[in-house]
Amino acid sequence: MIRSHVMICGGSGCTASGSKGLQEAMQKELVAKGLEDEIKIVQTGCFGLCELGPIMVIYPGDVFYSRVTVDDIPEIVEEHLLKGRIVERLIHEDEVKQEQVTSLNDTSFYQVQKRVALKNCGLIDPENIDEYLAMDGYLALQKVLQDMTPDDVIQVMLDSGLRGRGGAGFPTGLKWKFAKGYDAPQKFVCCNADEGDPGAFMDRSILEGDPHVVLEAMTIAGYAIGANQGYIYVRAEYPIAVQRLKIALDQAHEYGLLGKNIMETGFDFDIDIRLGAGAFVCGEETALMTSIEGNRGEPRPRPPFPAEKGLFNSPSILNNVETWANIPQIILNGPEWFAAMGTEKSKGTKVFALGGKIKHTGLVEIPMGTTLRTVIEEVGGGIPNGKRFKAAQTGGPSGGCIPASHIDVQMDYEHLAEIGSIMGSGGLIVMDEDNCMVDIAKFFLKFTVDESCGKCTPCRIGTKRMLEILDKITEGKGTMEDIDKLEELAYYIKENALCGLGQTAPNPVLSTIKFFREEYIAHIQDKSCPAGVCTALLSYVIDPEKCIGCTMCQRNCPADAISVTDYTAEGHKRPSLAIDTEKCIKCGACMSNCKFGAISKQ
Amino acid sequence: MKSLEELARIREQTKAKIALREQEGGTRVMVGMATCGIAAGARPVLSAFVEEVNDSGIGDKVSVEQTGCIGICQYEPVVEVFDGEEKTTYVKMTADKAKRVVAEHLVKGNVVTEYTIGATKV
Repeated sequence: MIRSHVMICGGSGCTASGSKGLQEAMQKELVAKGLEDEIKIVQTGCFGLCELGPIMVIYPGDVFYSRVTVDDIPEIVEEHLLKGRIVERLIHEDEVKQEQVTSLNDTSFYQVQKRVALKNCGLIDPENIDEYLAMDGYLALQKVLQDMTPDDVIQVMLDSGLRGRGGAGFPTGLKWKFAKGYDAPQKFVCCNADEGDPGAFMDRSILEGDPHVVLEAMTIAGYAIGANQGYIYVRAEYPIAVQRLKIALDQAHEYGLLGKNIMETGFDFDIDIRLGAGAFVCGEETALMTSIEGNRGEPRPRPPFPAEKGLFNSPSILNNVETWANIPQIILNGPEWFAAMGTEKSKGTKVFALGGKIKHTGLVEIPMGTTLRTVIEEVGGGIPNGKRFKAAQTGGPSGGCIPASHIDVQMDYEHLAEIGSIMGSGGLIVMDEDNCMVDIAKFFLKFTVDESCGKCTPCRIGTKRMLEILDKITEGKGTMEDIDKLEELAYYIKENALCGLGQTAPNPVLSTIKFFREEYIAHIQDKSCPAGVCTALLSYVIDPEKCIGCTMCQRNCPADAISVTDYTAEGHKRPSLAIDTEKCIKCGACMSNCKFGAISKQ
Repeated sequence: MKSLEELARIREQTKAKIALREQEGGTRVMVGMATCGIAAGARPVLSAFVEEVNDSGIGDKVSVEQTGCIGICQYEPVVEVFDGEEKTTYVKMTADKAKRVVAEHLVKGNVVTEYTIGATKV
């Protein structure tokens, strides 16, 4: 008889920090103590607090252990599972509340959150369909097939106000309505799991933690628009997600929840997986469909929109993983329930992948309209090392930055667009005073230059020219006209690029110019990088008064750029050293090896 | 292929299995599992509570947990039942006594007075 469940996170973050080893060690220890029939190990999806991984939660009691290692396992088994005593040293110290918190739900990280799309992540075993069923899984599908017409389903989606979570925010119900309106012998339902923004892992975590929710929602959509075939387009770089999707598909077939005559209602629907090769442009809907067809992933002009002529020239819909994850609950709880969350035009919740200079790196789901300040200070636990918040980037390479002056902005489609950023698919990268905004713009632009498919000229050549100008500026060779040129090119590309990739590529540059123009000017006029990032504009200097002449820096310099001077500071026995800036390659090895704090970047 | 009835049955069965992940505010049965408790035979008591609670179908309302030594080692195995503000302390428990506590106290709500600390002499 099972009396306790040990939940071990099997998401990508915790897997990377060693949770697989924990499972094996735990199993061995349970057998050694004769507890294997009383205690069950459950591998779950992502809990969200990846920073503190590997994460373990023990029920009953909902006790949350963070950063667990294999060496901790015998103590957890002996103390907690056998004797019922919580292992205090593995309990998380909540920095915001300044107290030890035993339950994950009581952490400041979780308290502001409202988990809808991530409802089952961390709570169920994603490889066990029975556990999904127990969380009311496939009940929404049953309700749809038994009691609702396709028009009813679409009306519910329209009433709920659900908008696409991939970033553009197009109303989901409207998309479905258009696709249903076209008469065709074959229609398709597609799932966009080609998550490509640097630092984003929302869709990945949903697929890894709750794969059945996507299958159920796609089947509902198939019924609503009159399609019998679905495709999940997922990156091959997500091996755990792909593996769990395959298991989920097999189980759904076995239970008759996919395939012919689903739930004995006469409705047929099946889903296949298509692996993407990791091209960013394939996250764009027409490029994604072209890739599923077996062609090179390139976008094509719209109209015709996919709802009319999409995959294999048939009416098709494409929704993002997170959008799908909301749908069964909207069907079960009603559109009013969903519409009650969020703001007037942005309903529901949004999942963000919180990364960068933030204490609690991880996955968070908050009601639309929550302020950026709440996300950073309460959920995220603030900026580490006592640094100051400078800006946050939403929407990855398609988005823009939100400067500290706008930290009270509400996170929803409208308010983010108002200040020149976008919601995006949910990447949220936090930057502190050590980040150079010109360098950030360059980073994202370099990404789009690499990922541009090359089909249209504005994107292929325009972004390349912009990157060259940014390179010039960060090397201290820029002129004031370069800023105007950047803006001019940016507007031209936005107007003329073929697809979303090109149309949004200039956004990081435009928004950093808008909010941090003075940093661009400092690079151009003063030839200096205020944040101390752009190496071409830095020089390392030895303070002769602090240098004791130990020659540690000299011995570690790979460029042989440091030599002994003839100056000896008062009280020192040996002469100080100096750096030849001509030879210096600015690697920083001298500074990190100086034990006397005599070397600084200027 | 599973019929709707089969799906409903799997759903209910699995719900019972994972109920212990979701309890909030229900009754808590705390079995003393310190060295003194284990030496006095707390393991079979714990197992009996887990099995009986599950078999009686009250797994969604009652959680069975372990706790450490509360300092009355001469009375072990000690089991405390927390019912909101109410606390009942059962002492010198056995697996058979556990079955009765589940049937009388946890299912019907009647405290088994004869097993409580007030009615027991060392």
